[in-house]
Amino acid sequence: MGLFTNMMPFATVSLEGAALLRVRALTVTYSTRNRQSAPALRRVSFDIAPGEILGILGESGSGKSTLALAILGLLPANCSVEGTILFQDEDLLQMDESRWREIRGAKISMIFQEPGLSLSPVMRVGDQIAEIIRAHRPGNGKTRKLECEAVLRGVRLSEVDRIYRAYPHQLSGGELHRVAIAQALACRPDLVIADESTRSLDVTVQAEVLNLLREINRKRGSALIFITHNPALLAGFADRVMVMYAGGIVEQGPTAQVFSRPLHPYTKGLLQLIPRSRNGTNLTSEGRLPVIPGSLPALNPSSRGCLFEPRCSVRTAHCQNESPGEVTPERGRRVSCFNYGN
Amino acid sequence: MGTEAVGRAIKPALVKARALCKRYVQRAPFSRKKFVIDALMDVDLEIALGCLTALVGESGSGKSTLASCLGILEKPDRGEIWFEGSKVSFANSRELTALRPKIQMVFQDSAGALNPRFSAAQIIEEPLEIQGRESGARLRARACELMEEVGLSPDAGNRSPLEFSGGQRQRLAIARALALKPTFLILDESLSGLDLATQAQILNLLLDLQTSHSLTYLLISHDLSLVGQVADFVAVMHHGKIVECGSRQQVFSAPQHAHTKELLASVGVVEAAFRTAQVGGGQ
Repeated sequence: MGLFTNMMPFATVSLEGAALLRVRALTVTYSTRNRQSAPALRRVSFDIAPGEILGILGESGSGKSTLALAILGLLPANCSVEGTILFQDEDLLQMDESRWREIRGAKISMIFQEPGLSLSPVMRVGDQIAEIIRAHRPGNGKTRKLECEAVLRGVRLSEVDRIYRAYPHQLSGGELHRVAIAQALACRPDLVIADESTRSLDVTVQAEVLNLLREINRKRGSALIFITHNPALLAGFADRVMVMYAGGIVEQGPTAQVFSRPLHPYTKGLLQLIPRSRNGTNLTSEGRLPVIPGSLPALNPSSRGCLFEPRCSVRTAHCQNESPGEVTPERGRRVSCFNYGN
Repeated sequence: MGTEAVGRAIKPALVKARALCKRYVQRAPFSRKKFVIDALMDVDLEIALGCLTALVGESGSGKSTLASCLGILEKPDRGEIWFEGSKVSFANSRELTALRPKIQMVFQDSAGALNPRFSAAQIIEEPLEIQGRESGARLRARACELMEEVGLSPDAGNRSPLEFSGGQRQRLAIARALALKPTFLILDESLSGLDLATQAQILNLLLDLQTSHSLTYLLISHDLSLVGQVADFVAVMHHGKIVECGSRQQVFSAPQHAHTKELLASVGVVEAAFRTAQVGGGQ
């Protein structure tokens, strides 16, 4: 029923050819002992083509990280998951743990938020990369070491020898970040997920890491999901953007089009937040920064209507009672709003 | 050179730092080798009364060390700090006790800075109690007032700080800092962990409070584009030294030091890419 009608228009969204990842009507609900909470992801559907960079944009609490964990099968046990996640035509949600182990790290891998925390402090960095290669590929210690060094060189780390033998605390933030990227790329995965991974980096290092990610993506053709709250990072980097709000996708489309003509009022609000420090500030007449008024709604299962309605500037009476479905205003773009473009 | 710009401002300086030096000596584990880190090297800084001064620099440039010296949490090895015209650096403990309420800090990691075993209201009451400013029913009433001032609902007073979102926790930390009616607020990377939407809301709150409480701010950040929107003065730190200091306009339109230019360039690249994306997609 609903699932099928939802699927049809997507043929126009993905790039030509088969999609690498197809997510359909994905709903994730965290349940606590004594109460049924609202879904953290609400009927999320999207595609990624092989070799594409997809930017996911949203505030904290919008469900970005839950989505990343769902694709990796790392959601905690108190989650109920509905929908399908097709990866190379295989449903990830139906897989058993042994099959998962063959996929995680080898076909889908992740660059986590704090590389300093996701690396083991008591193992040499090189051994941690070798460990992943050993888990997924044949070979002996010697070939693995050569592979590791090649991967480290691939993320433009010089002094490969020093890095290989170093413990995480002996490396700088930028170096650690590159090691984390090397770890994610070690087995040449088809899909890499980066979750707010550049957040803790200095602006200068951040730009370098973004360049590196894009270069690797172009060279190897591995698809990338880049999760962030800062739209400015996605410009000139992501092929497509997907804007999330309160667990749902409110807008998606090619980056340049979404940024030049945002359709959803939330996307418009987000783009206004980007600092304009060089050519004068974008302060309001009262000398304040532009904001999206209000905050994320407290999710409850019985909420009706559009979840953005209380903060929306173009709301109508209709928005309170009915939640807007996704429409395709033009080729390649989708938006969930009754009054989009106003 | 650059530092004079702040001194020349019409507003008098609330805080002055003269030739501050701070050196940390670390011993590597299982070895006798010593590592010397010069976190501050002859740092001069003046913070104008009633203004927002931003201190920017990469991680490791000494921003936080300078913050804890100005916040009297750490003693500089050499140099002098003046606050409201009196010398702080070697004040005795009684003078320091009188001084501390006037200088408050808000830290980056709000979850780590707030005691999870206290309720939100207790967190704000604690400094009031310690300084003997309020007691009994007045205590809770004052806490509620402060929560309302920073945009939190007083009903949430009984909740644990861990039940709040990141932005709300930072508001709570600001309420605690305001409890003792300080004149000088140091915000050490207080906005870094937050997303853009929340950052803008908190910055607006700070600007509102600045007028209502006549506060002077030192806002520390590694993000030049963020502070560049609201700062009156900008100081740039690099390898333990302040390499450039001046009004926002001066620093942004005519940067002198190579490091400032580099920082501005990296900000410019991101902003330019965004504008290009906007123009390109519009055609």
